Amino acid sequence: MNSAIDHFLADGPAQLLPARELMAFTLGSHILLVPFGVALPAITLLMHYRGLRKGDAVALLLARRWSAVMAVQFAIGIVTGTVLSFELGLLWPGMMGRWGDVFGLGFGVEAWAFFLEAILIAIYLYGWRRLKPWTHFWLALPLPLAALMGAFGIVAANSWMNTPRGFSLDASGKPVDVDVRRAIFTPMFGPEYWHFVVGVVLTAGYVIAGVYAVGWLRGRRDRYHRLGFTVPFSVAAILTPVQFVLGDSIARSVFHKQPVKFAATEIVWKTDTHVPEYMFGRLHADGTISGGIRIPQLDSILAGFSPATKVTGLSSVPASDRPTATQATIAHWAFDIMVTIGSLLVLLSLWYGWCWLRRRDLPGSPWFFRCAALAGGACLLTVECGWITTEVGRQPWIVYQNMRVAEAVTDTRAPTLWTMLGLVMVLYVLVFGAFLTVLLRMSRRWRLADEGAATAAAPGDVEGDTPYGPRPLSTTGGKDGGGT
Amino acid sequence: MTEDAVAWVLLAAVTAYACAGGTDYGAGFWDLLAGGTRRGKRPRWLIDHAMEPVWETNNVWLIFVLVIMWTGFPVLFQTVFTAMWLPLALAAVGLVLRGAGFALRKPTQRLAGRRVYGAVFAVSSLLTPFFLGAAVGGLATGRVAPGTEASADAWSNGTSVIAGLLTVAATAFLGAVFLTADARRFDAADLVGYFRLRAWCSLAVLAVLACVGLVVTRDDARYVHDGLTSGIGLALVLVAVVSALATAVLLYRTATGWARITAVAGVALVVVAWGLAQRPYLIPTSLTVSEAAGATTTLRWLLLVTAIAVVLVGPPLVLLYRLDTAGALQPLTEADLRRTAAGREPESP
Repeated sequence: MNSAIDHFLADGPAQLLPARELMAFTLGSHILLVPFGVALPAITLLMHYRGLRKGDAVALLLARRWSAVMAVQFAIGIVTGTVLSFELGLLWPGMMGRWGDVFGLGFGVEAWAFFLEAILIAIYLYGWRRLKPWTHFWLALPLPLAALMGAFGIVAANSWMNTPRGFSLDASGKPVDVDVRRAIFTPMFGPEYWHFVVGVVLTAGYVIAGVYAVGWLRGRRDRYHRLGFTVPFSVAAILTPVQFVLGDSIARSVFHKQPVKFAATEIVWKTDTHVPEYMFGRLHADGTISGGIRIPQLDSILAGFSPATKVTGLSSVPASDRPTATQATIAHWAFDIMVTIGSLLVLLSLWYGWCWLRRRDLPGSPWFFRCAALAGGACLLTVECGWITTEVGRQPWIVYQNMRVAEAVTDTRAPTLWTMLGLVMVLYVLVFGAFLTVLLRMSRRWRLADEGAATAAAPGDVEGDTPYGPRPLSTTGGKDGGGT
Repeated sequence: MTEDAVAWVLLAAVTAYACAGGTDYGAGFWDLLAGGTRRGKRPRWLIDHAMEPVWETNNVWLIFVLVIMWTGFPVLFQTVFTAMWLPLALAAVGLVLRGAGFALRKPTQRLAGRRVYGAVFAVSSLLTPFFLGAAVGGLATGRVAPGTEASADAWSNGTSVIAGLLTVAATAFLGAVFLTADARRFDAADLVGYFRLRAWCSLAVLAVLACVGLVVTRDDARYVHDGLTSGIGLALVLVAVVSALATAVLLYRTATGWARITAVAGVALVVVAWGLAQRPYLIPTSLTVSEAAGATTTLRWLLLVTAIAVVLVGPPLVLLYRLDTAGALQPLTEADLRRTAAGREPESP
């Protein structure tokens, strides 16, 4: 994506750039599946519970279909995730060799949690036919907890890379006196964890709801679509304002714990008070900023609630210890895109909440559903942006202020890595393309079957004078839509 | 002391992966050799149904192996992944292809698509264990030491190739034995004989390869060779041979339940024997367990986490395998996903 830009940035060994690109590409692909790995079981179980509790056949059908999707998605998630474990060794042996025993334990927790998740998900996916309905449900109930545990491990490792501690260095620079508890619960852990968990759940919610929003817009306004939209969208809409607060709090944690990273995400050059906030804009190597919208004082106010708050600038540390101007701009844009989309989603969730409180019904406007259909994609974009913010903002460190990315990289020659990158890109495009094709085919197959069933049922229907057909153009007043 | 315990955990995880993952790779191996679309239809049907519920679980063991390596023995992890770069990178690519091929084959309905996904799955089921085995074989030869840079020699020597082939043959053996049992479970009488024959053949190939391996390793991987041909290593290998022969007999009598146990025992014992033969080295003869060990506190925590995990994961794992062998786990059919007429009435007519 930004390989051309990165050319200017890579001042390390020749293999650094392809190694970073390979990691970025594979992790960037895998992260798109993470929200579903963590939250799809939970949302499916919610629907499943509803189906069992109210004897609702439509809810059960939705839950069954979602688990059919889960089966494919989880498998692709497993393989792309395993690749990342390999890459820690194939690309960053220096980091793992030096620090593996300091921060690896989080991964240990993650591995076991993930194992539990794989077992439970297998029982859930293949238990629909033969297990008793409630037994089936209860056996799957620990799934979300296992997923949260897995996220705990991964985020613990990543937050350690951002605010490493729980060790001291001996004369030769080797970590000794490891304190595992301090290494897992690092200062960035709490904010990162909650921001991550809420983020992935609401992303999964918006994406799933988006599928039914599209169906709704195409005129398929039946209870199936209403339910398929309402349940995941409600989950996401409730969490969106929460995420807004959490996002604000993690930004402030970064301000306190990783001031240089904060300076990069807000493109602050000189340490100062009364610092203005830039929306977008571009930082140049000499510290000037072009473009963007400048709002005086705001950055200081956001960071410490007062214009007099002192914000550390990038130039407070030597150039070799901070992100370059281009990296800072990338992190800044990623951050701003994330915040912008987050704010828009808050508005969307307020719209939904308003209609629900006033009329106990979905908003009638097609614009609402158009926005809802886009929300899923936008959320996936924020997931990418959040990850870019935290990773690019940490540069040039792989272990913040303790090891540079260039020190950790493999000795494998650059051409080999470039070849591997090309191979992996082709492979992932094929795999993800096939994955999407399979999902679309499944959805089309179900739709055709449903339509076939509906038309077949229509003649026998007493009130069959309106056969379920193409697009009723408007909902005639939401109040009588007594589906739920 | 602690590091020895962690080394045992690592060996246990490797053994579990060899058995669980091995069975899984083996099923893929037989998928590859099942022949054309029509001839291979029945065996492939069985392979699909037998593997489905458990393949993810079977493959998660690999992640443990990696995690225990880098948390418990960071230097080992660094050394292995530096020196064995290419085979491990190819194994990772193979894992992606395999998982994706298998997962995507099922929901695909068009024959052409199923063929492509199936072929990808089957070929990578052969290549992945080969590369993993070759990397392990290369370590046994002593060509790798901390600081060794990646080279083809480290994993393309005689021992590596034999180890890779042995791994593939062992997976084929495990796969065939389990599929024989599954054929009985799914009431597919014709396939019992089909896979039983393949189990015997792979056992024969395994025996031949083992003999060749014995000769090759004598000069090429002396330390491990000696460990396997004397003392406790030899004892375990002999028990493994007996188990393997017992498997063959049990299959003849179609006591497939017991055959599965003896087959797993055979493979597991060989892996454990190899681990013991390496003692006290993780990489013969340059890196011992205590040299590679990470911080003692971390190792203690790792053991604690492992213990908690055994308590948490053990029962569900047993439940999964029991439900699976009891036939309680079945995939959703198209019909389950289509029973749709109810509740699809339009909302605002």
